[in-house]
Amino acid sequence: MSAAETLAERGRAAPILTVEGVSKKFGGVTAVHDVSLDVPAGAIVSVIGPNGAGKTSLLNMVSGFYRPDTGRIALEGHDITSLRPSQVAARGIARTFQNIALFSGLTVLDNLMLGRHVHMQTGVLASALYWGPALREEVAHRERCEEIIDFLKLQDLRKQQTGALSYGLRKRVELGRALALEPKVLLLDEPMGGMNQDEKEDMARYVLDANLERKITVVLIEHDMGVVMDISDHVVVLDRGRRIGAGTPEEVQRNPDVIQAYLGTSRGGAQA
Amino acid sequence: MFHRESGYFKTTYMADMALYPLPIARWTVGVLVAVFLVMPPLVTGLTGGIAAEYYISIVNIIMIAVVGALGLNILVGYTGQISIGHAAFMSVGAYTAANLAVKLDLPFWVTLPAGGIMAAAIGVVVGIPSLRIKGLYLAIATLAAQLIIEWIINHVPWISGGSQASIEVPRPTIFGMELRTQRELYYFLLFFAVIAIIATLNIVRSRIGRAFIAIRDQDIAAEIIGIDIFRYKLIAFAISSFYAGVTGVLYTYYLGIANYENFLITTSIDYLAMIIIGGLGSVLGSIFGAIFVTLLPIVIRLFMESFGTLLFTTAELNNIIPAVRLSAFGLLIIVFLVLEPEGLNRLWRNVRSYFRVWPFSY
Repeated sequence: MSAAETLAERGRAAPILTVEGVSKKFGGVTAVHDVSLDVPAGAIVSVIGPNGAGKTSLLNMVSGFYRPDTGRIALEGHDITSLRPSQVAARGIARTFQNIALFSGLTVLDNLMLGRHVHMQTGVLASALYWGPALREEVAHRERCEEIIDFLKLQDLRKQQTGALSYGLRKRVELGRALALEPKVLLLDEPMGGMNQDEKEDMARYVLDANLERKITVVLIEHDMGVVMDISDHVVVLDRGRRIGAGTPEEVQRNPDVIQAYLGTSRGGAQA
Repeated sequence: MFHRESGYFKTTYMADMALYPLPIARWTVGVLVAVFLVMPPLVTGLTGGIAAEYYISIVNIIMIAVVGALGLNILVGYTGQISIGHAAFMSVGAYTAANLAVKLDLPFWVTLPAGGIMAAAIGVVVGIPSLRIKGLYLAIATLAAQLIIEWIINHVPWISGGSQASIEVPRPTIFGMELRTQRELYYFLLFFAVIAIIATLNIVRSRIGRAFIAIRDQDIAAEIIGIDIFRYKLIAFAISSFYAGVTGVLYTYYLGIANYENFLITTSIDYLAMIIIGGLGSVLGSIFGAIFVTLLPIVIRLFMESFGTLLFTTAELNNIIPAVRLSAFGLLIIVFLVLEPEGLNRLWRNVRSYFRVWPFSY
């Protein structure tokens, strides 16, 4: 199978995550209005749009923080619209945050181990004993975390407290924690925000590797258009809560509505 | 203290995850255990009967306080949920055990877990508001629990055992031997203190403890990786109250009497002081704090009796000492919160990291 065929295939796979006509209002402000979105299994789908377009609100609805006023969200055909965030995570959706949300008092390793939480069973009494099954479980999941440490090249940092790490490293650890969950779908909210060019390239490589090697479907919010156009199979554009365009990166770049709303227009240019 | 971490290569994750991965640390713990085991006969030999009973009684109180402080630290230090009702849970344990011991004539190995479980059950109920409210508001809710439980115990004769609200309990018996003296109680209490320390160390380094710390550090992120926050907050309340209940039972057996006056709000605040001074979110800190707060009044009394006579008469001194104790207490909490919020445990770590590279500066 040639590379071109693989790419064409990626866009046509059955959707793993479907968002159907979701809306969310906060008081009088409509953050998201009737947005639909199909995420094909194994694809990288980017959601772009100007500030305040409702990208993060959309992600918050998928991950269960907001309950949509209308519409439906389904993972592999199962409705997850009204599940709590912890239940959504257990179904296989992991995410990272725009403003890093690591557990700063814990080491890198413990942060990753927390990503394994939903896969572990140890209860209170077994924990207190730390013997037999509980110990074996810790070791088994430690091995999975070490794979991710190798994958993200965090070997020398595993026993460091995350609060003391640099911004770029913390972003990487947060990605690691999400990967430790072994999600089916990974939601990334501006993983490259505030990074320099080298760090962006590293992060783009990790996202691509996670997608290709670990077969994780990715939904990406990102402001860096170069990255978005390079790595996405499919791009959805939001503006003021509404979906104004979608398609392959090339299609989106040619879409006049998108150009007008997002990238600045000839009219805007004339005024400037 | 004068050890180096280099040169020990671990080849399995299990070895890396051991409680004491370094041989020197294992030796230190071994020596400590030995010291605690031979302490009573040693103290008796050195000071003679009655004085020895007094000294050992202080150690006994400290060991009881260690159990309670560990429990409170799991809730406040590790999970980040504040509670001013810790003493009330102790009284629940104390009266549960006392009633079972007197009315049903049950031995301590039944009443002790029963007291803990009863306190845990009440603790879960008190913890329910923690889903909705945080910080100061939760503090007030637990304060209400403290006062309500105090009132109930005081006003329901079926629980409190009559007008004095106190129940005398028989001494605990092991293999037919009745534990009467402080020396005999010492080993009884040491056993439970050690179990509490090991259990806490294990809980905080495993799945449950990591979830607690996650909730403390970032509750939103905790939820997003699949931790059911409400459930884990209640588990934290349950574990913490279980420890408190056991503390209450131990104290009841230690005194030979269950009395609610030992579990008033001032006791709750004493325990909060222990974990703040010792170090929030630290097992060693809980132990340091329990030692410090238990010894402080004794040291102040000794100090005032030795030097206070230079300024005051004995009668005046007896009035002053409790006031000095309270103000010293308040002052110390403020000093620790301002200068070393991470408590005695941090001071200890600073000393250790200094000697880690000694004689070089880094």
